[in-house]
Amino acid sequence: MVTVLYFARLREALGTGREQIELPPGVRDLDALRALLASRGGAWARELAPASTVRGAVNEAMARGDTRVADGDEVAFFPPVTGG
Amino acid sequence: MTVRIQTADFDAGAEIAALRAGNPKIGAVASFVGLVRDVNEGERVSQMTLEHYPGMTEKAIEEIVAEARTRWDICDALVVHRVGALKPGDQIVLVAVAGAHRGDAFAACQFVMDYLKTRAPFWKKEHTGEGARWVEARASDEIAAGRWRSKG
Repeated sequence: MVTVLYFARLREALGTGREQIELPPGVRDLDALRALLASRGGAWARELAPASTVRGAVNEAMARGDTRVADGDEVAFFPPVTGG
Repeated sequence: MTVRIQTADFDAGAEIAALRAGNPKIGAVASFVGLVRDVNEGERVSQMTLEHYPGMTEKAIEEIVAEARTRWDICDALVVHRVGALKPGDQIVLVAVAGAHRGDAFAACQFVMDYLKTRAPFWKKEHTGEGARWVEARASDEIAAGRWRSKG
């Protein structure tokens, strides 16, 4: 299982801030997990499309599409940051 | 090094006094305070809500401050960032850097602030007469952070 968190506009658009997902065989990196979530359709497809500006983190560190994702990890998806 | 995320307001004078207390090697403190404005992109802003990623946000800021310490000769640094509901005129963020001399303190303070804008997970939601909207990331902030990349 991985824990997946969503923040800010993404959390509101998807209607959830946190879920747990059983990783299917073959889903081993952030891009694959993102594609799996986008395949749910609707807001998921729109917000997590490859062309969207969504950012990702694995275990509280900024991650790239090829960053490995494994059982027990905490993954987060969010829009570009706007702090300060 | 101190990094705090909090809903409560802060007293910059008291924070700076605590930062430099007991260290007579400090000859300069450079500080920056960010405030909520009442206008953004032409629209009146009545309130703002700031969201963060507990755990990662603190870690990201600690990494930025640690990088500043490798680039400049500074004694200590403090970052206080507020989250939750804020109104125009409210303080959002305090960055204070203490060093022996002003040059390094100024540069490190600006570096931490520029990187915080583009790298630390915070998201602003503005409440205007038209309703609430999430603020989009600004290209000018990316450019401000990018200027440090060309300087080793």
